[in-house]
Formats: sequence, structure tokens, C-alpha cells
Amino acid sequence: MKKVIIMALVLLLAVTLVACTGAEPKAGGGAFKIGGTGPLTGGAAIYGNSVKQGAELAVAEINALEGIQLQLRYQDDEHNAEKAVNAYNALKDWKMQISLSSVTTTPGIATSKESFDDRMFGLTPSASSTAVTEGKDNIFQMCFADPNQGSASAQYISNNNLATKIAVIYKNDDAYSKGIYETFEITAKELALEIVSITTFTEDSQTDFSVQITDAQSKGADFIFLPMYYTPASLIFKQCDTIGYRPKFFGVDGMDGILTLEGFDIGLAEGVMLLTPFSADATDPLTKNFVTKYNEKYGEIPNQFAAGGYDSVYAIYKAILASDGDIAPTMGHAEICEKLIAIFNGNFVFDGVTGTGVSWDSNGQVSKDPKAVVIKNGEYVGM
Amino acid sequence: MNLLKNLSSTAKSNFFTYALIVGGYIVIQILSLTGGLTYSLQGLLIPVCAWIIMAISLTLTVGIMGDLSLGHAGFMSVGAFSGIIALISLEAVIPLVGLRVIIAMLTGALCAGFVGVLVGIPVLRLRGDYIAIVTLAFGEIIKNIFTCIYVGMDNAGLHFGFLLSSGISELNLGEGARAIVDGPQGLLNIPNKIVTFSMGFILILAALFIILNLVNSRAGRAIMALRDNRIAAESVGIPVTKYKLIAFAVSAALAGAAGTLFAMNFSTVVASQFNYLASIQVLVFVVLGGLKNFWGAIIAAVLLTVLPESLRFLDEYRLLIYGILLVLVMHGTYSNIIHKLLNFFRSLFPTPDKLEKQ
Repeated sequence: MKKVIIMALVLLLAVTLVACTGAEPKAGGGAFKIGGTGPLTGGAAIYGNSVKQGAELAVAEINALEGIQLQLRYQDDEHNAEKAVNAYNALKDWKMQISLSSVTTTPGIATSKESFDDRMFGLTPSASSTAVTEGKDNIFQMCFADPNQGSASAQYISNNNLATKIAVIYKNDDAYSKGIYETFEITAKELALEIVSITTFTEDSQTDFSVQITDAQSKGADFIFLPMYYTPASLIFKQCDTIGYRPKFFGVDGMDGILTLEGFDIGLAEGVMLLTPFSADATDPLTKNFVTKYNEKYGEIPNQFAAGGYDSVYAIYKAILASDGDIAPTMGHAEICEKLIAIFNGNFVFDGVTGTGVSWDSNGQVSKDPKAVVIKNGEYVGM
Repeated sequence: MNLLKNLSSTAKSNFFTYALIVGGYIVIQILSLTGGLTYSLQGLLIPVCAWIIMAISLTLTVGIMGDLSLGHAGFMSVGAFSGIIALISLEAVIPLVGLRVIIAMLTGALCAGFVGVLVGIPVLRLRGDYIAIVTLAFGEIIKNIFTCIYVGMDNAGLHFGFLLSSGISELNLGEGARAIVDGPQGLLNIPNKIVTFSMGFILILAALFIILNLVNSRAGRAIMALRDNRIAAESVGIPVTKYKLIAFAVSAALAGAAGTLFAMNFSTVVASQFNYLASIQVLVFVVLGGLKNFWGAIIAAVLLTVLPESLRFLDEYRLLIYGILLVLVMHGTYSNIIHKLLNFFRSLFPTPDKLEKQ
């Protein structure tokens, strides 16, 4: 038995070493090599896998047109900046030419810097912090930047008179959650929205929200703003329900995905509103086509992360088309980068499933209209 | 060869440890000159240096002092944050990059060493498992504190803030504003790529020099005596707290320098990276390295940092295979064939272990 184990061990190590040193990747062979990093394992895996699947679908559709050919590879970054840089380097070894940057914010900040230094064009589907694009001319975002999400939420709540007394629960040790909260607070003050309760939690305390919920309840909040990912949010819904406290809930794009969370009673999310660039029930042909095909391929309704991945690939594809043959798969990544920057900063307008008439400013931030959706009968419905 | 035979076994073991590091450095340099290094490996060089220093400094606490510390990554984060703040704030004063890097590392080491003393005073009065639990808690406390810190710089100097509800804008930075630490977003705008592999190599040599000299000194013998039989050691008048504190502070300071080195390789570092899992990862290096073997810890640190990256071709099965490999490696090092192989190597390169038995 031990011999078997040792043989297996030696064999595996040998395979590892071979893979580690040799196996020079082949040249593009007529296809553009697009790479991205995202959390494919661990707590944030749902985002990474959604983006990856959305991007895969787009690549399959584009390749089926038999025009420009794309090759896609995703590497796992475990939602960790150190691993993300490793993953990015592995993609460079694969001879990536265009990067989809990273899916989540902290890895996104790290890989976008690498990408900036290497002159590798980056379009992130969902890393939403301004620090991702700041000072980097070749990094663009497909999603709203965090400050825009915060202020847009406050604006939306005020415009639609959704709330009288607002409570906010946010995650204090998370760049995404804190970033949205900061601008929400500033805009809410300007619009004279009344925030009665502000409570926080951290990675280590995101299993029990009784203190935060009780605080909101005792101060008479009828509306809770939840700038956070869906996992803690699902617990907040559950715990509010248990004590019979039923305020309105309002989330941002991280809330998307709650309906596909395993073991979550989606009845609890009934009536939850969220700000998202994408709603799966939209009737335009682009969205319909995307939702149907995604459902066929992966057996689920796409969330906005999948839509972001899908749109990012299409935006790159459309930009290459717009270059009129000026960008070829035989070019190096730096050359492609400069040409793509010129196109994205030019008059390039993109219509996708996360918005129409999408354009980018010179900071790499996207301009498009947010949509609000509400969860009705276990599905996202546009408001 | 005669010269080698005449050396004591400790000297041989130390010699081998240095030779391992220098040899590794030369191999990497040759590879990089001949273009044989992939981007993946290039990107791993400095993190590996940092993890090696973490591993040998924890070997001092766990192997030599005999106390289980589960908060070692906390000291790394102290070093990362303080070192980078020093690095950025001195940009205008000291234009020379090399000197600034050295000062940043020293700052990181001093701050982490200071925190090490602060933590060590209460912790080292405890024994056994209690030390493990309390160091674990301290590591988490350090992480949570750094999550709430805001540091910015403008032309007037550094500004510090703690638990700011509207973020770094509350610091009211004036002209020339630059965010350095932005709460949960961690360290931003680190001028990365200013450290080179050679600097990491020199830092490893310095760390090894400090630790090996400490271990083979009067203080080191006192520390090992305390580990082997605390009552007997106390009965001959060895002051427990003093010697344990020395070892703990040195270990923390080196972890701090490693943290600075690590952070300088990335453009961003967040406090939550240095959680208990990172501490346990370092502990795994030490355990796999054989607890008291510095060269073992070095090999383990290199292997376990490079392995998960070289398994990337397995895609979604990567972490599964890595887990299986880890179990096999741990199991394998205690089974017969490997044991014989290890004994063979041990006969070539005696460890301090054997010296004690003699």
C-alpha cells in the first residue's frame, strides 16, 4: 500500500515538474487569446464561475460566426491579490493578448497594476472599485464603479420615495461594501434622506446579525440598504423573518446571485429590490437570446456577473471589428493594447445585455443607466 | 573534504543551509539569464523569498523555543503596513531607492519586533496550548485593527485616521494628496517592482545569519534548555521570560521584514490576507520541514508555494490535487522508503537534532 502511495506521489511530482518547466504554449494560430482571473473556488466562487460561463458563451457564439476567432482561458485567483497576480502571470505564460482583468475588486487592483506595467489591455467585467482603473489608461470597467453604485442607489431611493427611515448594514472590512456605503452616505445627506441606523460587520462576524437587525428595528427603520454580497444578505433576510421584522430591502449588484444560492428559501427574498445593470426578464432580443442560450448551456438563469462576462467579450469583439482589420491575432499584446485604447476612448459605443449606448470615459469608467429590479415569485422583474 | 569532516555537525548543518540558499539563488540567476524562467516563476520569486523568511522565523518560535504560535502572519502584516508607510512617506526625503527599501524593511522589522515584545510579555507567561490560542487571537486582533486604519499623505505630511465612517475623505488631505492605507481596501499605490530577487536573497541571508547565530549562542542554548526541560532550566537560574521574549521578538521582527518585502512586490495588500490561514500555511512549512530544520523549512516553503501554481494546468481539479499531494507528502515523509532516503541525506548533513543527542 505504501509503495502504491509513494509511486503515485513520485508520479504526480514528476508530472508537476514537467508541467512547470516545459510545455511552451503554442502561438495564437489565428485566434485572439483572451484571459481572465476570478474566484473559481472558495466563498466568492459564484461570481468567478458566472463571469467565466458568460464569457465562454460569448466566445462560443463569436467563434460560430467564423469571422474573428477567440480563445478564452480563466485562471482561479481564490479572491486573493497574491494568487491573482500568480494567475495573471500564468496567463502571460499562455501568451494572453487581451485581459479580462479580474472578477473581484481586490485581485482586480493587483492584476490591473500588472497589466498596466505590461501594457496589456484590460476590461474587467465586475471589479468595481475606482482603484482598479485609477491612473491606468489601459484598464476599463464593464460594471459601474462603486461610488456610482452608492450614489445611484441613494438617487433612486430618493426619486422613487421608497423610504422614510433608512438603516444601513455594511461590511466594514470589505473594500466593495465600504466603498459603496461611503458614497451612499454622502449622496443621502445631499438628498436629505434620513438614515437612522448604521451598523457594520466583518468577515469573521457575518453569521449573526441580531445586533444590527435589532438596532435597525428599534430605531424604526422601514427600509434597509444592504451594500454587500448575497451570502450575508441571505442571513439577514432569514434573521429578520425569524423575528417578524419586515422592512423593505435594497441591495446592489452583489445581491445578484441570491436566487441561485443553494439551500436558500427564495421566498425570503420576495420583494427585495436591487440595483443592477442587467435584468434577465428584459424583452429586447439581445437579452432574450443570451438568457435562453445560457439557460440551455448551464441550466440556470444568468445573473449580472454572467452578463458582465458576456458583454466584456462582446465589447472586445466589437472593438476589434471596429478597427477594420487593424488589429490582428498575430500582433503582440502591447500593440493590440494601444489600438484598443484608441478605440475605447474614441467614439466607440457598445450595445450589450448590461446596457445600450454604453461608452467609456478616459478614466476607463463606464457610462450607462442602472436598472432596478425587484424579486417577484422567485424571479428578477424590472421596476 | 577533510575540512568538512572536521567541522562540528551544527556547523555542517548551518553550512548546508547557507549553501542551499546560495545554490538556489545561483540556479535562478542562471535560469533567468538564459530566459528559462516563465512569467509564473518570475512572479513567484519575491513571494517565495518572503515565505522562506516567514518559515525560518517561525521555526525559531515553534522548533527552537517549542511554543506553538498561530499568529505569525499578524507580524507579517505589521511589517507590511509600517514598512510601506515608511517607504512612501520617505519618497521625497530619500530619493535613493535601495536605501529607502532598506529603511522600509528596518522600519517593518522594528515595528513588528515591538509588537512582538508587546504580545510576547503576556503570551509567553502561558504554557503549551494556551500560547497557541492566544497568539491566534492576537493575529486576528492585528488584522482587525489594520482594517480600520486610514493613512494619507499630502504636502503637509502624514495623516492618520481610525474607523472613519466616510472613508479616507475624512482625512481632509490637502495638496499633493495620496492615499496610502485606505481601511478595508488596505495598502494602495504601493510602488511595486522596486524590490528585486537579489534584495530578497540578501534578506534571507541576513535572516538566516541572525537566527543561526542566535540559536548557536548562549541565549540559543538557554532557549533550547527551556524547551527541553523548563523546570530544570529554571532551577539553574535561566530567566524564562527574558530568553523566550528574545526569541519571540526576533522571530516577529524577521516576519515584519518579510512582510515589507512581500508587500513591495504587489501594488495592493489588504489586511485580511494575513489571516489565521496564512499563519497556518507558514506552520505547515515548518512542520513539513521537520520542525527544527531550517533547511527543511526552506525547502518546504519553496515547494508548497510553487506547487499550487505549477498545478494550474489542472484547472478546476487544481486545489483537489494539491490537497491530495499535501496529504501524500506528509504521509510519505513518515513512511519507510522516504525515511531511508531522508536518513541517507541526514547522514550527509547532520541536523542540530543529532547534535543534541550526542
